[in-house]
Amino acid sequence: MSETTIGGIAGRMPKFIRRADPAVLTAFACIVLLLFVGSLYSRSFLSPEYLLQQLKVASFLGVIATGMMLVILLGQIDLSVPWSVAAGAMMACAAAAYGPVGMALAIPFGIFCGVLIGVVNGIGVAYLRIPSMIITLATNAVAQGLMVVYTGGFSPQDSATPAMRYLATGFAIPGVPNAVVIWALIGAAMVFVLTRTGFGRTVYGIGNRERAAYLSGIDTRRVVLIAFAVSGGLSAFGGVLLAGYASKAAQSMGDAYLLPSIAAVVLGGTSILGGRGSYLGTVAGVILITLLQSILSVMQMPEAGRQIIYGVVIVAMLLLYGRAPASR
Amino acid sequence: MKDWRYWLAEQRGTLLAFGIFIVMFTIYTSNHPAGFTANVVQTASNKGVLLAFVAMAQTLVVITAGIDLSVGMIFLLTNCLASWLVIGTGIETAFGVVAVLGTGLLCGAINGAIVIYGRLQPIVTTIATGAVYFGIALLLRPFPGGSVNEDLADALTGRLFGVVPASLVALLAVVLLVWVPFSRSVLGRAAYAAGSSEMAAYMSGVPIRRGKFIAYALAGLLAAIGGLFLTFFTYTGEAAYASGNAYTLFSIAAVVLGGVSLFGGKGSAIGAIFGALAFRTIGDLLFVFDFDPLWQPLFQGVILLIAVSLGAFALFRVRNRLEWFL
Repeated sequence: MSETTIGGIAGRMPKFIRRADPAVLTAFACIVLLLFVGSLYSRSFLSPEYLLQQLKVASFLGVIATGMMLVILLGQIDLSVPWSVAAGAMMACAAAAYGPVGMALAIPFGIFCGVLIGVVNGIGVAYLRIPSMIITLATNAVAQGLMVVYTGGFSPQDSATPAMRYLATGFAIPGVPNAVVIWALIGAAMVFVLTRTGFGRTVYGIGNRERAAYLSGIDTRRVVLIAFAVSGGLSAFGGVLLAGYASKAAQSMGDAYLLPSIAAVVLGGTSILGGRGSYLGTVAGVILITLLQSILSVMQMPEAGRQIIYGVVIVAMLLLYGRAPASR
Repeated sequence: MKDWRYWLAEQRGTLLAFGIFIVMFTIYTSNHPAGFTANVVQTASNKGVLLAFVAMAQTLVVITAGIDLSVGMIFLLTNCLASWLVIGTGIETAFGVVAVLGTGLLCGAINGAIVIYGRLQPIVTTIATGAVYFGIALLLRPFPGGSVNEDLADALTGRLFGVVPASLVALLAVVLLVWVPFSRSVLGRAAYAAGSSEMAAYMSGVPIRRGKFIAYALAGLLAAIGGLFLTFFTYTGEAAYASGNAYTLFSIAAVVLGGVSLFGGKGSAIGAIFGALAFRTIGDLLFVFDFDPLWQPLFQGVILLIAVSLGAFALFRVRNRLEWFL
């Protein structure tokens, strides 16, 4: 019933709005609303410096959510994000301890570790047919165990290399933080892959119906494996950037990114069942979540209140436009 | 085929979990410096029942083909609540216990209502509600503390007649009072049917919505019983994010070890209980073999990984490659 009313209103709107996904529009409307609420609270909320700062903070989540989106489009989920992020950060910092060569290889090595976790996830999901939320929870636990052994066994090098700091906090283009540029590049690559390549088509196809994709001659298992590897690698890259931002790696640095990365993707209109969604929506979701976090911290909300509001807002927004169709 | 063969086939997962547990526990006690004594059994059962309650909770949701990633957080929340309420005179304590259990039931019911009537995916829903429950736990106990009625706590964590661990008796009571009536009721059957094939169950007029709802709600209740017992063991409440997450994770491991199918419709809480006890014993094995405690998270993670990979053996029975993609 609600869909007919949306259709009725949309019928009178300009073409570009009619073509847009209602979920993406809702997400952008919520961003405007949050900016409005924020500007009531503090005058500096709408200043370019503040907004650019928000964009910079958002870009860490944006990189991680890009990988998560790829996996969710397949109809799967990656719950190994927390320790992929931490492993990427810690391993990059660890590599830095091995002289100049280590310094140079720190970033690729961190990403490589994330890819390894992703490959294990991918093999489990694609070839062993284990439900993704289970195998990714398990690899998350293994990654955590490895990191605990690593950090506890001997004193680790935990400071970021200058290159990592530069990537996260430097300015290659005056006025635009590097992290934002990196997110833009990764986002552009993702949009290209999803809309212009056979791989992207396949991802949507598998998300809609894997059997049909398999029957049309696609090696669906390889695509799933690659998607999980990319997701692991991007999570680890997010961790590397975070380590550069904070100048060091920490034990539980990834915990704060699991729910936001899923929420950003789903709030951006990507179906959690896979097969439907656009990257623009994920961008909207990432900005939405970052602004929400920012407003809560400007209001000096304690951690407890943040968690509660956060969970409630996500459930409420999903109830607004993320519901599964009524079966039968 | 004879009746007992059907029974055997149905209970295979449970019996396997029981077997694993017996083997693990034998290895554990035979290498324990104190050996097989009432004390060792009491300590082991006190540690084991916590996970057993949470694993039972997870089972109820998993048989409906859902998953509850908030059980660990309900467990923490009720632990923190109990450290406020379960104190004072007998009447006050009783009210406190009822309030704590009611809170768990409510948390589970909220999960169920959102998943079933709000038509959201269980994973996303329970991650989000888990954040809410953790937030409330943090409000209740920003710092570890609180207390509990120590007479009650000691009674439920001690030994009956100097031999039988009271916590095991409590576990048995919960099984008889919650699990057995549920699994034999129409709604319990409906929960199984919904997990097995929701469409077929709907078409045959099974009350799947009510069945699933009651499964989620009872899962909250069972997690709350676990939270209550945690308070009895520690005498305090603590909102530790990592610990809540670990219990959620281990509950899934226990469910898998206990032969409950993650695709729904198969398995029993009894299996999950033995899965939980076995998983705990495996974790404790490190200590009797003098390993560095540092290795425990890795060890448990690897066991979890192996346990979930065991499900892949079903692939060997696949005749038609299309069955991969069911």
